[in-house]
Amino acid sequence: MKKSLTVPAAATIEKQKQPSRVAGFLKAILAVVWKDLAAELRSRELLSAMLVFALLVILIFNFALELDLPTRRSVTSGVLWVTFAFAGTLGLNRSMAIEKDRGCLDGLLLAPVDRSAIYFGKAISNLVFMLIVEAIVLPAYSLLYNTNLINPGLIGVTILGSIGYVAVGTLLASMAVQTRTRDIMLPILLFPVAIPVLLASVKASEGFLQRLAGTEIMPWVNLLIVYDVIFIAVAFMTFDSVVEE
Amino acid sequence: MKPQSPTLKILTILSSLLFLAALAMVFLYAPLEETMNYVQKVFYFHIATAWVGMLGFMAAAVAGVVYLVRHDRKWDLLEMAAIEISLVFFLITIILGSIWARPVWNTWWTWDPRLTTAAIVELVYLACLLLRQGIDDPERRARFSAVYTLVGSLSVPIAFLSIRLFRTIHPVVIGTNTASNLGAFNMTPPMLATMFFCLFTFSVVFATLLWHRVRLEQLNVAIEERQMEIL
Amino acid sequence: MIEVRKLVKRFGAKPVLRGLDFTVEEGEFVALVGPNGAGKTTFLRVLSSLARPSLGKVSIAGFQLPSQAAEVRRSLGVVSHLPLLYGDLTAEENLRFYGKMYSVPGLRDRIEQVLELVGLSARRSDLVRTFSRGMQQRLAIGRAVLHDPVVLLFDEPYTGLDQEACDMLDKVLREVAGRGRTVVMTSHDLGRVQDLASRFDVLAGGVIAASTTPSGLGSQNLLDFYRQALAG
Repeated sequence: MKKSLTVPAAATIEKQKQPSRVAGFLKAILAVVWKDLAAELRSRELLSAMLVFALLVILIFNFALELDLPTRRSVTSGVLWVTFAFAGTLGLNRSMAIEKDRGCLDGLLLAPVDRSAIYFGKAISNLVFMLIVEAIVLPAYSLLYNTNLINPGLIGVTILGSIGYVAVGTLLASMAVQTRTRDIMLPILLFPVAIPVLLASVKASEGFLQRLAGTEIMPWVNLLIVYDVIFIAVAFMTFDSVVEE
Repeated sequence: MKPQSPTLKILTILSSLLFLAALAMVFLYAPLEETMNYVQKVFYFHIATAWVGMLGFMAAAVAGVVYLVRHDRKWDLLEMAAIEISLVFFLITIILGSIWARPVWNTWWTWDPRLTTAAIVELVYLACLLLRQGIDDPERRARFSAVYTLVGSLSVPIAFLSIRLFRTIHPVVIGTNTASNLGAFNMTPPMLATMFFCLFTFSVVFATLLWHRVRLEQLNVAIEERQMEIL
Repeated sequence: MIEVRKLVKRFGAKPVLRGLDFTVEEGEFVALVGPNGAGKTTFLRVLSSLARPSLGKVSIAGFQLPSQAAEVRRSLGVVSHLPLLYGDLTAEENLRFYGKMYSVPGLRDRIEQVLELVGLSARRSDLVRTFSRGMQQRLAIGRAVLHDPVVLLFDEPYTGLDQEACDMLDKVLREVAGRGRTVVMTSHDLGRVQDLASRFDVLAGGVIAASTTPSGLGSQNLLDFYRQALAG
């Protein structure tokens, strides 16, 4: 079984010379996103769980809070964001658990790409799932409670808030999934540090719904942007430490 | 077993003495405030414990980052000790604050920025400690804890600032007081002196406790290693 | 090709690998055997860059671990006892995903080649979760060789396979290894391994306790050699 070739190893690697690192990086991110979306399209496991849960939460709120017209106006954004937060946690948890259970996380880690490509890939696919759920919940809520939620400002805030939530959530989910108390761990870790996102999103959403002045809403939107930037950076820098052994 | 270093022994004695001195200052030296009388004396300890909580917060944040850079377990132990101490001291701060608030504001709790942030910080600490409990491998535990502490130490100040966009009824003690700040009072020089002495005392107490806790954990680690050798 | 000097790997205070030395020349097929808990899987995880060495030097294909981990990963193909495959994707989609992650050129044709190599061309559009364990292992090997790595690492690939599947795996392994690749394989199946490998190393007590070749064995059975090595 001894080989006949005498080409030294390093030269063989050279021959397979890779395109620029950035291209490889982006390609990997897209590959991870595509993989998550394709798998989800087949099984619809994540989305159905998140959706059903979200609708159930809204239903429960209907009984828990008297959502008559005047109350509705002030609590809508709060109810929405609590719903998104809980449904989001479900999705984040499952997304990482799938990788961990079949050992696929190792498969990802074996690839010759920067670890952060895995982070961005997972974060983007988590974001897509969360946005899909939100895109269904917003019209549903509008119909059920006769409130028009299709408001460009509101949609913008929803996107910004989801980005921040998912940015931190993906990082923390990668940690949570490696502990013993896996399922309980993520909400415990995530909610305290996601408070700025949730608060700012609720306040900004409220602002847009109640048609408050721009000067009242902008501080919250700015806060969201600052939070998003800071935590994407932190996650990007620390993800490596979280997945290596 | 390594005995306590002499510096630590001295520090422990010093802390105890300073603490007694602080008690004396607060109850015997500092004057009674006109409206609130004895309840106001809680303020000295409340500020001091809050100060220690803050010290612990910053120490944990720094220790976490240093660990991520150096991977030296010492920093992980320091971070854990700082979090535990800060957790307890912030809790004391909140309780003392409630004791003060009840007669003065007629409520045990409000959702103003400082209090809410205190609650958030406690939750972050508890989350971190729970996280640590759920991981067996010490190296992984240290890494995860450091990352979470980093995330928390950035998120909490942001939370504080964002909650501050709301109005507050928490009195501004140092600086201008407006009539709307219930429970505000002007501090006379003896009061200032007492306050600073308390801050100093509690800082020393903090350092002592930190050292003791780190030493305790080092002994634990040593036990673990001996156990491994036997197996 | 693979050089390991004084490798120490600790989990907390517990040392699993204690100053291991290990060298593999290009083209060798090394079978790593040893009792459970000896550290075979840990060793393979260190070699595949999934775990960091606590102390010691590891270099593969001229690249150092952990500093040049990315280059090392490019030269490695790994098969573990977990399939590392996505059940909700088809065989072809799984290969396409990994092909993209490894930036494999001419991906479409390469996927065809690999599917044929492992005998799964007919099942290319079937979801992996419908595959039997043997088929999953074969696809896993396909995934491992997709980017044409010079070094292959197999961790207990025969686990959970029936006779037929084992024979199929043998065939694939011979083909794959026969192309001059360097292979390190851990296994409990001494009988099978005796026919495949060009060298046998026994990992016990955190170091390589004994090493021999087929000629070195002579008339002795690998099992006897193994028992001897553990007793001594």
